[in-house]
Amino acid sequence: MPAIPATLGVVSTPPADPSAGSPAREATEQDRVTAEILAATSAPPLRGGHPDRAYGPYRSTALRAPTQPLVVASPSAVERTAPVFGPQDVAPIDADLTIRSTGEPLGERIVVTGRVLDASGRPVRGQLVEVWQANAAGRYRHDGDLHPAPLDPHFFGGGRCLTDDDGRYRFVTIKPGAYPWRNHHNAWRPAHIHFSLFGTAFTQRLVTQMYFPGDQLFALDPIFSSVTDEKAQQRMIARYDHDTTVAEWALGYQWDIVLDGPGATPPDPDEV
Amino acid sequence: MTATSEPTPSQTVGPFFAFGLPFSGGGDVVAPGTAGAISLHGTVRDGAGVPVPDALLEFWQAGPDGQLPTRGGSMARDGRTFTGFARVPTDRAGDYAVRTLRPAAVVGTSEAPHLAVTVFARGLLHHLFTRVYFPNHTEANAADPLLASLPPERAATLLAVPDGWFGGPGYRFDVRLQGPGETVFLDFLGDGAERSSTSAGRGEGA
Repeated sequence: MPAIPATLGVVSTPPADPSAGSPAREATEQDRVTAEILAATSAPPLRGGHPDRAYGPYRSTALRAPTQPLVVASPSAVERTAPVFGPQDVAPIDADLTIRSTGEPLGERIVVTGRVLDASGRPVRGQLVEVWQANAAGRYRHDGDLHPAPLDPHFFGGGRCLTDDDGRYRFVTIKPGAYPWRNHHNAWRPAHIHFSLFGTAFTQRLVTQMYFPGDQLFALDPIFSSVTDEKAQQRMIARYDHDTTVAEWALGYQWDIVLDGPGATPPDPDEV
Repeated sequence: MTATSEPTPSQTVGPFFAFGLPFSGGGDVVAPGTAGAISLHGTVRDGAGVPVPDALLEFWQAGPDGQLPTRGGSMARDGRTFTGFARVPTDRAGDYAVRTLRPAAVVGTSEAPHLAVTVFARGLLHHLFTRVYFPNHTEANAADPLLASLPPERAATLLAVPDGWFGGPGYRFDVRLQGPGETVFLDFLGDGAERSSTSAGRGEGA
């Protein structure tokens, strides 16, 4: 496989016709999904690059995306503030997913760090960041995960921390594996870490997934591809960072997160 | 990447959040036996009316004094502090339950008392915001900017229904993601570009 530069996280051109130059074969389910993914890119992306909830290639959206338009509302006084977390909620050990057991988990040890910012670029300080992920073999510690890959007795897969005064979070973990799922025949998720973020306002709540640069599965994956704008896709991909890499110990990735939605701006006097 | 202030796009919470997000006591905004505690409970259903067993709901609210909590401890749950925050996954029947206190209107506002809600689920690529209001605040509800702007049948999807429970007063608040009785979901940016169906048009311009 040719080397993929770290900066080329997104496959920007349609994958080559797999049947080109070889004997014709019948279209696979993946071919049909890939065609749907490409067709969806012709629609203008939604504000912020967020996915359209009614995104056909991800089959489970069919009955779960609202059909009524969202109702435009001013954030209430409640929604202009956010739940509060502190040192009593999060222990420093919670940010290291590799030391929860008596032994070392298997896989490639990594450091993932970055800043949580609001839409104005201001750091979100002292707020909760939560992660969960599959192990190195692509298996989640969850009863519903039927992928016949081994569980790792030394890897649980969940972590949390509070951002510092610079908005920075830092986790030590294992690089998760890709795994199959049942959206369609031979569907595979690119390796990813789930992230959950709070801002200073409830309106800024975000749950997303962080991806790794150069993954060959991006263009085949309906969840990644539900973000149809290429620049927005790039914002979900971490950057390999050699300065974050710790010698003789772990590879480093940087990933900044920008929260959407109105921040905790005080209401105008005439609003109350 | 640090140069941009464009938002990080949302992705689904997926099917496997159960070991990452729910925490012990997540539905206990107040401890059992707390004076004035209410149960807020309901069922999350999809467009076919089928219960959703892999949804996650979060609630954020003021207390009965109209104050929003400003101290940490939303996960640690010391059993004394009102944190105003709940996080509960639905069970196999699509049901959730939270034990909390009735919110009052936030001090200094004329908004009707309500809880802010986020809904996450497998198959939901971007979470949904909604609110829970209480039917006994007739006047405040009538004056609430959001409730007043909605047709009655839509506003009704945001009103909890008193139904009691074995431990005292309770309210039912069901969430219908799609279809008949679809819950009102909110867009706070209000530039018209957010939309949730092909019927609404894209309203580009942002």
